[in-house]
Amino acid sequence: MSIWEYANPKKFVESTTPILPWLFALAGLSLVVGLVWGFFFTPDDFRQGSTVKIIYLHVPSALMAINAWLMMLVTSLIWLVRRHHVSALAAKAAAPVGITMTLIALATGAIWGQPMWGTYWAWDPRLTSFLILFLFYLGYVALWEAISDPDTAADLTSVLCIVGSVFALLSRYAVNFWNQGLHQGASLSLDKEENVADVFYQPLLVCIAGFVLLFLALVVLRTRTEIRLRRIRALEMRARRTGVSA
Amino acid sequence: MKALVLRDLRLAVRAGGGFGLGLAFFLIVVVLVPFGVGPEADILRRIAPGILWVAALLAALLSLDRIFALDFEDGSLPLLATSPLPLEAVALAKAAAHWVTTGLPLTLVAVPLGVLLNLAPEAYAWLLAALALGTPALSLIGTFGAALTVGLRRGGLLLSLLVLPLYVPTLIFGAEAVRRGGEGLAATVPMLMLGGITAGTLAVMPFAAALVLRINLR
Repeated sequence: MSIWEYANPKKFVESTTPILPWLFALAGLSLVVGLVWGFFFTPDDFRQGSTVKIIYLHVPSALMAINAWLMMLVTSLIWLVRRHHVSALAAKAAAPVGITMTLIALATGAIWGQPMWGTYWAWDPRLTSFLILFLFYLGYVALWEAISDPDTAADLTSVLCIVGSVFALLSRYAVNFWNQGLHQGASLSLDKEENVADVFYQPLLVCIAGFVLLFLALVVLRTRTEIRLRRIRALEMRARRTGVSA
Repeated sequence: MKALVLRDLRLAVRAGGGFGLGLAFFLIVVVLVPFGVGPEADILRRIAPGILWVAALLAALLSLDRIFALDFEDGSLPLLATSPLPLEAVALAKAAAHWVTTGLPLTLVAVPLGVLLNLAPEAYAWLLAALALGTPALSLIGTFGAALTVGLRRGGLLLSLLVLPLYVPTLIFGAEAVRRGGEGLAATVPMLMLGGITAGTLAVMPFAAALVLRINLR
């Protein structure tokens, strides 16, 4: 029994069928708990007032925007090395979810930035690198859409993802060099020194768990859809070859 | 490999090669900017490094889809792929030819265009150096982008969406070097970073381009 058994599309669909509802239920539950706890049962920050509560959407979505790209990078590598179709399809499935997360992070950041910094947008390194990440996502999805042969598309997008990762990282440090920022440092680092206070920290962790689960559920769901689309395509092609019209 | 570079150069310079188009585009973009932002000399001086770099970027982008598309259409690309020359060397030769026909002339033309934008006198040497150092990276990254989209009809628009985000670090360091040079600050750090990017792309991009070319020719 190894993890690679799930690389079989049939096995993947079968084994995720019972898990998927639980994933969605758990994601919904932790999001509701985390957001309600965060919005109604934590005190207002003494400087930021109630606007601080955007943190419960902003930080988890920003985290998942980056993690989605990392997941795409790993699955792309797996596809290039081991040629498991599920892996390539999972990367394809994760991209639109990652785009959405990036947009949520940018939008909530803008809404938060207006009362705090007095501006919706500043060319701050963190904001700018998220915008660049968004552009990378767009290019990746556009390349998937542009190529009709599924294996070629999977190969080319995987290479793009790997090269893009290098340049995204490079851009991240280049914009640091280019402009000093308004954005605060890391909200969640392992050394506890500069973290947010405990009252905000605990519901935030629940929200992050909710976003992780939601991301997993959406990616699994979309991967299953892609697998079925692939199967339909194969069936149609077989039907066309044998001359039987569907 | 030398023969391939010379062949590409000859094709680019001859009629229909579009050699002058990129330069003309560069000129037009730079001329349009003052119409958009107004003729105040101070503003122009401040934005000149950025405008020149962005315009050079776009002009280089314009000729990227020609790198492989023509060879792909007339069938000489598969011949090149099966020739004794490794495909990595073909990609490198193509990038070199692209640089000689766009990057190098852009670098030289940028100096008189700097006058139009009222570039600071101290910045000219840095502009020349930064463009000379940075444009090879543009050609190399662009070769990879062109190889990615070679089999696609209407790949041009997609090519710009794929390649422009990859140009961000080059643009940042290139424009920053010229800006610092113009203000009399030390510009060594961005120049070194720019050189690093060029060296890194020179080492990696021919391989990446050859990899995606093999996939596209499969």
